[in-house]
Amino acid sequence: MTVVIDRTQPPKPAPAGKGPVSAAARVRAAGGPGGGLYKPRTPIYPKLVHGRWRAIKWAVLIATLVIYYVTPWIRWSRPGNLPDQAVLVDFAGRRFYVFDIQLWPQEVHFITGLLVIAALALFLVTALFGRLWCGYSCPQTVWTDLFIYVERLFEGDRNARMRLDTAPWSLSKAWRKVGKHAVWLGIAFATGGAWIFYFHDAPSLLRDFWSGQGPTTGYVFCALLTFTTYVFAGMMREQVCVYMCPWPRIQGAMLDTHSLQVTYRHDRGEPRGAHKKGADWAGRGDCVDCNQCVTACPMGIDIRDGSQLECINCGLCIDACDEVMIKVGRPAGLIAYDTDAAVEARAAGRPALYRLVRPRTVFYALALGAVSALMIWGLSTRTTLDLHVTRDRNPVFVRLHDGAVRNGYTLKVANRSFQSEQMTIALKGQPAAVLKMPGSSETAKAITVEVPANEVRAVRVFVTLPPQVLSAPNLPATFVVRSSREEARTATTFLSGAANSQ
Amino acid sequence: MSKRETDEVTGVETTGHEWDGIRELDNPLPRWWLYVFYAGIAVAAVYWVLMPAWPGVSGYTKGMLGQSDRADVVRELQGLKQLRGAQAAKLQKASLEEIEADPELQAYAQAIGQSVFGDNCATCHGTGGVGTKGYANLRDDVWLWGGSLSDIHRTIEVGIRSDHPQTRFSQMPAFGRDQMLTSAQISDLTEYVVMLSRRKADAAAVARAAPTYAEQCAACHGVEGLGDQTKGAPNLTDQEWLYGSSRDDIRGQIWAGKGGVMPSWKTRFDPETLKALAVYIHANAGGQ
Repeated sequence: MTVVIDRTQPPKPAPAGKGPVSAAARVRAAGGPGGGLYKPRTPIYPKLVHGRWRAIKWAVLIATLVIYYVTPWIRWSRPGNLPDQAVLVDFAGRRFYVFDIQLWPQEVHFITGLLVIAALALFLVTALFGRLWCGYSCPQTVWTDLFIYVERLFEGDRNARMRLDTAPWSLSKAWRKVGKHAVWLGIAFATGGAWIFYFHDAPSLLRDFWSGQGPTTGYVFCALLTFTTYVFAGMMREQVCVYMCPWPRIQGAMLDTHSLQVTYRHDRGEPRGAHKKGADWAGRGDCVDCNQCVTACPMGIDIRDGSQLECINCGLCIDACDEVMIKVGRPAGLIAYDTDAAVEARAAGRPALYRLVRPRTVFYALALGAVSALMIWGLSTRTTLDLHVTRDRNPVFVRLHDGAVRNGYTLKVANRSFQSEQMTIALKGQPAAVLKMPGSSETAKAITVEVPANEVRAVRVFVTLPPQVLSAPNLPATFVVRSSREEARTATTFLSGAANSQ
Repeated sequence: MSKRETDEVTGVETTGHEWDGIRELDNPLPRWWLYVFYAGIAVAAVYWVLMPAWPGVSGYTKGMLGQSDRADVVRELQGLKQLRGAQAAKLQKASLEEIEADPELQAYAQAIGQSVFGDNCATCHGTGGVGTKGYANLRDDVWLWGGSLSDIHRTIEVGIRSDHPQTRFSQMPAFGRDQMLTSAQISDLTEYVVMLSRRKADAAAVARAAPTYAEQCAACHGVEGLGDQTKGAPNLTDQEWLYGSSRDDIRGQIWAGKGGVMPSWKTRFDPETLKALAVYIHANAGGQ
């Protein structure tokens, strides 16, 4: 694959009077030896654009924020004393509620499966359409976008912000800065505040939080997320993506020349240059070098330099460029979601081919399908009844006066349903066996115990076998526990003590 | 080292250390790292003020928050007592039968009993309660002094051959050592006891021992050898032997008449603990 832009060549000197516009270019210009051990952050002032992708970004921003803030307040009726919060991670009760599903710590593999699905979906989407996650739905992007919106309300758009930052302190500058940071902190606090509702009953936590009765973890995590939101979305912004996030590095392995990415179609744009109104377009590219794509970029890069680690694929430069193209009377789409392969093909005069079906996309899709099917199968065949059997080790067996032998077992009967259940415990495989619970005077072929909803009950069971059936040291047996709807079996052994008679 | 070496590529001084041609650059610490270090010192200073920190001659600095692990333990124990309050009060009032009839109370009593058993009884009877030679098995259904709940409670309370005035007491005579019977008579009696436990025995010896058994043993062990729990006399017909089942073991027991001591626990446990222990042992035993 040919390099789209040769970065080994020194960058063209900027036109006189304009100066480098992209933050990256400013840093490059300011760099060099003697620049200090630590590179300061160069502020980026993204300009507001209007267009299709900006509209989609606003829609995704609103949708994700609504989901984040509203989810913990959805009520979901569950019987008895069980929480009526639709989505609740109950660490104290060790339960994870998602609508009609409630997971126990023993079922953490479902969460693992969900994370695997999320990872594979990310791989597939990235291979097909590039870093859509980064550009639209990553919390870092969403909150940064929201914070820039607030910044614009107080300080105006790009040029006004740049002027304000270089201006000496004044009352106007002070209230704008204070106001911006106050609203940022408010949003950050609301973010941290909403987070903790996922872990406690939201209405009662809200009350307890303000009356000072909330759990310490609530205050700590609220403060922590307030801090990180304020710092990450307000101060660090693109630095989080460029220096802290591992995904930009990993995504290089997902992308290939057929992946859709925000692309400057250099075949159409070059050679670039300023264009006078009414001048001829022949012999030159469509790019009028207006730098609107650069001023709109929240990452501070120039998309015309080609595919870059910093690019989050948000498409704001597309909107900025399209506006200009329409103004100068050229077709939109000089910057567009396109593939490197298509640009190369067009540059060589061949028709552009888009290949969605590629070995890597097929593999990601198959893996995604397989894991999803496994998860759906697991969730649909998930039982609400579980039985775990531990045989007593001390004493291993007890011989009674008539030669009969007794073994003790501890049964853990888990009732994952929302109803209290009468469970019948029986032993299969040893028809002569008699069951008894310690402390009970009754012996029977089966024992009935009540297991409360959403709980595990430990049941001690003594099994006695008469001397005439004690033919071998180990006798196979299976505990069967039956609820009103389901049945669980667990195999165990009965030790008769035949090998070591007293 | 007098003169510091400078790396050509980066222009940074090296530490002078070299490993297989690789030299270490002497870059300054990152600024933020230094800040974290200072912040750590500041946190330590705050900690000294807030928390117990410095030892003194007769005490220590208590700190402004009044944190004390010892006080925490006391508070937690009090909380535990309060948590158990209702059940503990119930246990205090309930009779043994009432405890067994109430599943919740029984579970509570069993939990207490199990922990008390592990601390006090397991030394002799084993953690599993199956005993060993000379120490009774508490898990089966063979009992010297009775296996009902009240019998067990009584045995724990007064002990066996203990210093309690009402102790359970039995004495197997030392027929051989005290020269009450001859060695030959004891050998014959051994065969007789083997016969009683439904094993093959020397018929002639059994016939010779029959009058001796009737005269010396039947009073306690019964004519048929079934024993007597009111006298603590073991049943000789079952397969359970406190001092062993072999001919040597049986002969030794007729000769020397060993009898173990079980202490009285009345003064060591409060009445509730005693009840809980009896309930635990009874629940895990093999019947009666």
